[in-house]
Amino acid sequence: MLTDSSLIAPGMLIPLFPLIGFLINGLFGKYLPKSITGWIASLAVLASFCCVFYMFTNLPSTGSLHIDLFNWIGFANFNISFGYLIDPLSITMMLVVTGIGFLIHVYSIGYMHDDEGVTRFFTYLNLFIFFMLLLVIGSNYLVMFIGWEGVGLCSYLLIGYWFKNDAFNDAAKKAFVMNRIGDLGFLLGMFFILFNFGSLDYAEVMKQASLLPVGSALLVTITLLLFVGATGKSAQIPLYTWLPDAMAGPTPVSALIHAATMVTAGIYMITRSGVLYAMAPFSMEIVAIVGVATCLMAAIIGLMQNDIKKVLAYSTVSQLGLMFAALGIGAFASGMFHLVTHAFFKALLFLGSGSVIHALHGEQDIRKMGGLSKYIKVTFITFLIGSIAISGIPPFAGFFSKDEILSKAFEHSKIIWAILSISSMMTAFYMFRLVYLTFFNDFRGTEVTKKHIHESPSTMTIPLIILAVLSIFGGFIGLPSVLGFAHKFQQYLSAVTAPAQHILDESHAAEVSHSTEWILIFTAVIAAIASILYARYKYISNKEQPAEDASLTGINKMVYNKFYVDEIYETCIVKPLKVLSDLFLVLIDKLVIDLVVNATAWVVGLSGRTLRLVQNGNTGFYVFAMVFGIIVLFVIRLFI
Amino acid sequence: MMTLLILFFPLIASILVFASGNNLASKVALLLAAAELAITVYVYSVYKQTGADSFYYFKEWISNPKISFHLGMDGLSLLMVILTNFLTPIIILSAFNRNIENAKAYFSLILFMQFALIGVFIAYDGLLYYIFWELALIPIYFIALRWGGPNRVPVTLKFFIYTLAGSLLMLFGFIMLYHYNPSHSFDIRELYDNASKICSCNQSWLFWMFFLAFAIKIPIVPFHTWQADTYKEAPTQGTMLLAGIMLKMGTYSLLRWLLPVVPAGVAQWGPLAITLCVIGIVYASVIAIMQKDLKKLFAYSSVAHVGLIAAGIFSLNIQGFQGSVVQMMAHGVNVVGLFFCADIIFNRTKSLQVEGLGGIRNVAPQFNTMFMIVVLGSVALPLTNGFIGEFLLLFGVYEYNTWLSVFSGLTIILGAVYMFRMFQRVMLGNTSETTSVFKDLMWNEKIVLAIIAITIIVMGIYPKPVFDMAQPALQSILDKVIIK
Repeated sequence: MLTDSSLIAPGMLIPLFPLIGFLINGLFGKYLPKSITGWIASLAVLASFCCVFYMFTNLPSTGSLHIDLFNWIGFANFNISFGYLIDPLSITMMLVVTGIGFLIHVYSIGYMHDDEGVTRFFTYLNLFIFFMLLLVIGSNYLVMFIGWEGVGLCSYLLIGYWFKNDAFNDAAKKAFVMNRIGDLGFLLGMFFILFNFGSLDYAEVMKQASLLPVGSALLVTITLLLFVGATGKSAQIPLYTWLPDAMAGPTPVSALIHAATMVTAGIYMITRSGVLYAMAPFSMEIVAIVGVATCLMAAIIGLMQNDIKKVLAYSTVSQLGLMFAALGIGAFASGMFHLVTHAFFKALLFLGSGSVIHALHGEQDIRKMGGLSKYIKVTFITFLIGSIAISGIPPFAGFFSKDEILSKAFEHSKIIWAILSISSMMTAFYMFRLVYLTFFNDFRGTEVTKKHIHESPSTMTIPLIILAVLSIFGGFIGLPSVLGFAHKFQQYLSAVTAPAQHILDESHAAEVSHSTEWILIFTAVIAAIASILYARYKYISNKEQPAEDASLTGINKMVYNKFYVDEIYETCIVKPLKVLSDLFLVLIDKLVIDLVVNATAWVVGLSGRTLRLVQNGNTGFYVFAMVFGIIVLFVIRLFI
Repeated sequence: MMTLLILFFPLIASILVFASGNNLASKVALLLAAAELAITVYVYSVYKQTGADSFYYFKEWISNPKISFHLGMDGLSLLMVILTNFLTPIIILSAFNRNIENAKAYFSLILFMQFALIGVFIAYDGLLYYIFWELALIPIYFIALRWGGPNRVPVTLKFFIYTLAGSLLMLFGFIMLYHYNPSHSFDIRELYDNASKICSCNQSWLFWMFFLAFAIKIPIVPFHTWQADTYKEAPTQGTMLLAGIMLKMGTYSLLRWLLPVVPAGVAQWGPLAITLCVIGIVYASVIAIMQKDLKKLFAYSSVAHVGLIAAGIFSLNIQGFQGSVVQMMAHGVNVVGLFFCADIIFNRTKSLQVEGLGGIRNVAPQFNTMFMIVVLGSVALPLTNGFIGEFLLLFGVYEYNTWLSVFSGLTIILGAVYMFRMFQRVMLGNTSETTSVFKDLMWNEKIVLAIIAITIIVMGIYPKPVFDMAQPALQSILDKVIIK
């Protein structure tokens, strides 16, 4: 297990570079020319990427590197260290975070170049990368929690980046608060772990947990609480409504934080806690059910959205649901595989949408687009590649990971497989609806906008091209065994996922046969192509356009309005809380408690005023009172 | 000797400041407070080498009843002294660039307050402690009464009478203790050693006498109604003294003068006390959401925070204790930061109404950054000081009872709600008429907020020195409370 000590230095540097970038831009950014702050930030992330890549090539996939930096919270026999754990799982995540993070940084240089707060933007972006790296590199749950809340903060700062707009600020606050609800679950989960296992260190926790009986109440509680945290961060039912609103942030932020990295933290956390989940079958079922339900619901909502970024946002929620479904049925490596490929094509799609928005000077409504393929070719082609990849057409990246999940789902439960397949068809449909409405037919916007349509600068198109290449070939890291290949990705992660897989395999049926898998693949591909063709028929042949808001009725209206979930939360939680707040203040604080306090004071004052009357200066009265008192004392003495 | 110096230096400083005249008062006060801080640093270095033993000071004062001038500084006392002496110069510096009438009296009272507060934290004789406890009330009363807001007279009176009523109960408590204690002494060692010799029915009475006194000071719901108005009416430095240091008298005293003194009473009534604390946390957090006045909002958030500190103390385990100490320090720093931000806003806009403000970020980016960091510390984001405290406190409460922990954990959600709601309305959005002329930070404000911001982050990353100092003292208290 112990690995070369020469790896410690680059390991420690990984999160340090973005932190340095953050400090340089944050403290001295105002003295630097605006044009170089973006490059400083990008280089910081590139340096991290190089370190991660160095670890990737030098650390064997069976090895892991544990670095304890210092004792963070420690007294008596209570010790939580600030430590790093570098193993295939964290390396995978870090490659995604720094790799895609770097591309998005470079893209942002072009995208944000005429924004006045560009330095601030890159400062936040570096801070985000720092926290995200801490999240995945931490060797215990508390360090993960630093990153977990830290990325939530950066998400808040970046969603509300244009802070003069109150709607954006609302979205930012909503994201933070909903994440906090999840975080409370995470925190309580940690308390259960710490109290019962005496440690938060992954290795120690997994070791102790595996000594418990499968399905013990403790493990179910822990895993469900941690999953509450995951639903917040990874936007699952019931805490998903913040993510679509989070599109208020600049588009590179949506690509980096709200598609490729931060929102996948929940997937990472569950994979990291694989043994805990494998030992709690009930929690696995819950994860699967929530994942499947979210996958379907978000896909349905995605069918009707007209904001290019909102479509992609619901698509992200849906794809995250798919990943959770994979985890829930015990396919940890498949979930991680889809996380990686999804990061490629969803980052690509978001950046592509950013390029479209950039070309149209901020227009996001697809009803006012159309025919753009003529004007912005690179964006069009790369966006098309991303859409094919997400729809699951071979041999693009999304096909392999999605197919893997579907076949694992088939062996686990036919219902889950059916729902996921339907959701995948919807995904193919709404993605191509987006492609056709945006890039085909005639332009539907104003003439003024039309004149200004331009392709984006190379800092933006080059990242698009690189991501497009990854979206085409990225799936090859996980070629399935049915094609006669060894699954490279699965092998790479196997050292980490094996203990959990081992527990699951004991209670599981054998894998599906190759012939069944071929059938599944054909079904999936044909379904995807059929959905795309239907979209083509609807939006190219029939030249249909999304209906105006007012003309919607019945179920369409309900879907368009996202099943009114936001409104339900507003009525059932937010408003009552406000009323309660006023009620507590006016009724309890002012009326009950303070009244008692003031009444006490009043009684004291009253008795003072009354007793004062006794002091009337009349000697006769004093003598009388004295004699009366003596008599009373005698009576008490005699009779009682 | 070091102990006497650290105690009486502020008293001498207070007199010197009064003598220095109005023009020089603030500068002299800052200089002397800084000197006191330097003494504190020296004491800390001595403590690191020799431990608490070198700080005991004992002199017979009154022989019958036996009252002694007994001072001492173990890790817990010293941490409280450090907090006091760290915050006092900051509080004084925060008053620079403000027009303060009769400055010599103002700053002199602040230093006198510092003297009394240190006395409370290092007195190891019950009656001596009581004297300092009451002494601390006098300067803050005059500060609030003389330099307070328009509604100060009734509010200050209520505050004064209310806390005095609590103190009176405590005095009865001490007399009762003296009476029931076989050694007939107020000395803390005697009180600790003979705690088990007082019958539990008397301890039950004693518990309530002390608890009420502390509960009013802290304040624990429902004894908090004096607080919001007092914080609002008192001048900024007064509010800082009250919220930053003075309410720690209450939480410190729970650890020092309640738990080990009446352990049987705690065993009996502790569950009720912790329940009250936890209810108070959620109750105050909910009220804070809709508060329209910035200072009142911070006051209610403070009730929630100190409620959690008290809950951690009553959870009777080392995590809760350590959490309470870290959080006392953290809350002291953060709340001073919050009220200073409120002061800065009031100084520019003459308004503390959340609704009328907005858009300050556009015109004052430096202030925005600092305010944000203070808010983050206050909502307990990891790597800020608030997180260490809240994590340990909530875990302490969890060890005591899972459901109480779940309920008090709501504070991390509600805290985010009211703080970010406030921040959005005050700082973000479009600049309004009142905020358009908002000037960014002046030099003294920059220094104060920078010190606070750095402390928030450093304590969040490396809290170990606090743990190390508090550990022996807390462990010995814990050993006395848990009756085997």
